[in-house]
Amino acid sequence: MAIVVVDVALKPEILDPQGRAIVGALGRVGLEGVSDVRQGKQFVLNIDGDVDEAKLAQINEIAATLLSNPVIEDFTVQVRP
Amino acid sequence: MTPRVGVITFPGSLDDKDAARAVRLAGGESVSLWHADADLHSVDAVVLPGGFSYGDYLRCGAIAKFAPVMGKLVDAANGGLPVLGICNGFQVLTESHLLPGALTRNDHLHFICRDQKLRIENNSSMWTSDFEVGQEILIPLKNGEGGYVADEVTLDELEGEGRVIARYLELNPNGSRRDIAGITNERGNVVGIMPHPEHAVEKLTGPTTDGLGFFTSLLSSLVNNGKISA
Repeated sequence: MAIVVVDVALKPEILDPQGRAIVGALGRVGLEGVSDVRQGKQFVLNIDGDVDEAKLAQINEIAATLLSNPVIEDFTVQVRP
Repeated sequence: MTPRVGVITFPGSLDDKDAARAVRLAGGESVSLWHADADLHSVDAVVLPGGFSYGDYLRCGAIAKFAPVMGKLVDAANGGLPVLGICNGFQVLTESHLLPGALTRNDHLHFICRDQKLRIENNSSMWTSDFEVGQEILIPLKNGEGGYVADEVTLDELEGEGRVIARYLELNPNGSRRDIAGITNERGNVVGIMPHPEHAVEKLTGPTTDGLGFFTSLLSSLVNNGKISA
């Protein structure tokens, strides 16, 4: 079995109001000096068998069409050792 | 012949009945379409209603775009079929790349529900032809993720081509870029709007009957395009 992790984050130029609210909350719980927080999503895919090139290409395609919206989000795909 | 206007119901759609009623009040025949049925049943136009398709899981509209009926709809819309996406329907249209940009979390993070004043900016689309440019209308707005965003190049293109169909007046309720409430595609057959025209079609239940204009516009456009005889 293999694990593939897809991280999705808003593009830097897209406003992240949730991240901004978290910055405020961090200040209230005493963590000083946090200038910015960006909230993202992580998808952990448990895959039966090995992840070969073809499977990885397929996952990248799905990350770009289903798991993220390329208009507002960037993503990374990593095979977890 | 009475125009047949399909209204697609996804799991989690809320406003499909109201949209169907608006179609009928405007003089059309409403046809219920089901997300899992890959068939548009020869309708003359389609409304994607508001609500929370698939619970808004992943992103609003992201799962709906892979529904069996959507493959047919995307092809038909690219072929000129009139399509109106309201609220969640607008989100489905951007996720399906029938309209540019995306709808994101309201900048103030609150769900908002109010009667919203808009200015009609374009009356050449199939869904806005019965309005005057500059006409002010008041219809309900209710969304949590209604902030319209697109890159500056796309925004300039929309403005330059007159494809912003309506803009928020007096108050921008969700942080939408350039106060954009609704847009159309180049051809003018696909329109997305975040506020809800289908909730403003009767004096009894709406703040006005201004929303009816979107549905009568469609009927006029179908007649003028020769799709339907008057």
